Amino acid sequence: MDIWITGLGLVSASGEGRAAHLAALAGSAPAPTDAESHAPFPLHPAPALELDRQIPKKGDQRQMEPWQRLGTYAAGLALDDAGARALVGEMDLIVAAGGGERDLALDESVLAALAGLPRAEAATQLNALLAGGLRPTLFLAQLSNLLAGNISIVHGVTGASRTFMGEEQAGADAVRIAAARLAEGRGQAALVGGAFVAARWDLMVLYHSAGLLRQGGFAPVFSRAEAPGAIPGTLGAFLVLETAESARARGARGLARIMGVACEQARRDAADGSAAAATRAFARLALPEAPLTVLSGATGVAGPVAAERDFLAGLGRDITLRAAGSRLGWGVEASFPASLALGALMLAEGVLPPALEEAEAPLDAPPTDLLVTGFGAWRGEALAHLRAIPAEDQP
Amino acid sequence: MKVSDGRRGEGPGELNRPQQSDLDHRGRPIVAVTGIGLVTPLGFGVAANWAALLAGTSGIRRITRFPTDHLRTTIAGTVDLPEEADGPALTATPRVARMAAMAAEEALAEAGLGGGDFPGPLMLGMPPVEVEWPHRFELARRVAPEPVAYKALTLAATGWPTLYETAAFQTVGEQLAARFGTRGSPVSVTTACATGASAIQLGVEAIQRGETEAALAIGADGTVQPEALIRFSLLSALSTRNDDPTGASRPFEKNRGGFVMSEGAACLVLESLSHARARGASILGVVRGAGEKSDSFHRTRSNPDGSAVIRAMRNAIEDAGLTPADISYVNAHGTGTPENDKMENLAMRAVFGEAAPPISSNKSMIGHTLSASGAIEAAFSLLAIRDQMLPPTINHVEPDPAITLDVVPNVSRAAKVGNVLSNSFGFGGQNVCLVLSGEPT
Repeated sequence: MDIWITGLGLVSASGEGRAAHLAALAGSAPAPTDAESHAPFPLHPAPALELDRQIPKKGDQRQMEPWQRLGTYAAGLALDDAGARALVGEMDLIVAAGGGERDLALDESVLAALAGLPRAEAATQLNALLAGGLRPTLFLAQLSNLLAGNISIVHGVTGASRTFMGEEQAGADAVRIAAARLAEGRGQAALVGGAFVAARWDLMVLYHSAGLLRQGGFAPVFSRAEAPGAIPGTLGAFLVLETAESARARGARGLARIMGVACEQARRDAADGSAAAATRAFARLALPEAPLTVLSGATGVAGPVAAERDFLAGLGRDITLRAAGSRLGWGVEASFPASLALGALMLAEGVLPPALEEAEAPLDAPPTDLLVTGFGAWRGEALAHLRAIPAEDQP
Repeated sequence: MKVSDGRRGEGPGELNRPQQSDLDHRGRPIVAVTGIGLVTPLGFGVAANWAALLAGTSGIRRITRFPTDHLRTTIAGTVDLPEEADGPALTATPRVARMAAMAAEEALAEAGLGGGDFPGPLMLGMPPVEVEWPHRFELARRVAPEPVAYKALTLAATGWPTLYETAAFQTVGEQLAARFGTRGSPVSVTTACATGASAIQLGVEAIQRGETEAALAIGADGTVQPEALIRFSLLSALSTRNDDPTGASRPFEKNRGGFVMSEGAACLVLESLSHARARGASILGVVRGAGEKSDSFHRTRSNPDGSAVIRAMRNAIEDAGLTPADISYVNAHGTGTPENDKMENLAMRAVFGEAAPPISSNKSMIGHTLSASGAIEAAFSLLAIRDQMLPPTINHVEPDPAITLDVVPNVSRAAKVGNVLSNSFGFGGQNVCLVLSGEPT
């Protein structure tokens, strides 16, 4: 069965919605970068959002922290963009989630009070400080599946609901499984995506422990040899996937056709390499035998960037690259859905994004097929094949 | 796909060719269960767990893993791991991974698939994990005597990749995938208290759509630690019957006062019936149907009209090609919170009317194993079919007039058990129901 992307909800440092991201694609200025607030780690900050437009009840806004608000907001944008509000009652919802914000001030004050105490005494005091200091609503704002819960409550999306965890790969598997369910006839539409807030020390401590973050200023993802690493980018990215039959029946135009999504996860050791895993995934797609346009999800982390280069070289094709990560930053769970959203925009509008670095050769004609890649910063190799929808197939 | 030459039994592809009897009422491959593994506060392994459950044993006890001073609730179901006997308690991520691996080893051995690579993907239901207090204290020690601030803590994590490997979401699935040789990308799912059922459902669907012949479905949780306990306490969700641990979990009983946090893991080896039969595996039962429906009512409460829960139950029964009259036993969500049990009673009456089948709550004995519960309770449902025995709801002292169902009070019971409906209702409104049945004849 034919699966279309009929709507996208995209929020990044460049702004929100189709127009802001078409402009970002067509321009050559990097996304707004904040190199100060979380120095030495640069990030792409959140744009100003008028939350009331997608989360009208203040009570709902109060029950969330920025991560859930961003995701709930982007999900609403996608529903509006697809004109799919009437479908929400039976719409599938698959969210790729991280965890919500911790109370940093509480963490810091607890550590300041207890770090110098003997372990046993610290453990006893920890109970008292947490029992007195934790806010009940913060638990719900932290729970991973409560982004989906909030989307159900605020937007009324109440079909199947699943939340995947697993950094970038969760976003890829979310799209893969949502598309597979529609393709086998389980439902007519699905809302799929994720959200990521960049300005969060509670996540940076985790990512930095594995050496995933770039230090210094902005550089495009393939030009970071002097300081490899990802630049976190605030990102809300939701897609409405729909069977072509459903879209045509309600007169909704598709942005792109999802021809296939394939995911692998290598251990990235000598026996189980990342490039080989991506090659296995590629074999499950059916890209036409022709020069290939690739919208890369490269993070800027050295290992996966090298693996992706090896994988693409091994295809033995004429390849033109564009990097979503240079334009949006690293949005972890939201990255793969955001790459698909950018790719769908490129195909629907015939945009030719200018090159941002040497690795990006000139594009002379709008592609009809796009290979979207997602090599996770730590693990995960994901690929998708998008195809433009010819005018005669649109309603 | 290779094209068949029409002669049966000639090649490996032929062996697996589904017969009409291997397909369900919707023409999908029937999904068999060929191995089960269990870890709960009642013990390690299926045999120990099932015997304790039928005997009506409670696994709830006073918490000894960490100090309980200043806590409103000081009891839980806990699994003490052998490696913790002489060392510090594990944090959540390694605890979840360890129990998941134990359950998977048992299930794979039973299925006759131990030792080699598993011929399908991993579908893992697990809790959200994060950097925990022992890690933060370690970082603060590294920062001392400088003042503690997150920036300093972050810089102190430089070159500590094992922190990432014990606190990032991907790491549990990656370890299990490597250990059991599962195929493709492992999927980790969370739907709060329905997580374990969602993991099974993901595996079932992958087999039904022909993506794989087998899937390893696991639900695991190991988050009995101070912060998680306090968070649930602050929502007033937990029983505070601290002086009576074994009597604290009282689903469907008049004096129920909340759930009891617990932990554990269950694994089901799922295979298409044709794949299982072709390799001569014993069929323990089938996952005959799955249904879900999410609620848009409230973040922690189901709609009191039960509408989403009713739809999830009906969807599962319909997906199984059955009618309510075909269900002989319901394995309850049955948390022991006043609201849940009342709402589940209401939903049962809406779905089954006057002729509601018996329903019992395993949580009366093992507590609420959260992300594991859907998988653990599916495993117990299959054992109920195997042995034609209904596990009880213990601590049933004073009936609640608002609960009008046969809850199999206190004592297990022999019964004719054909199809079992297993309910899982999650915080955040994610409801999943499974229908488990015996081997098709």
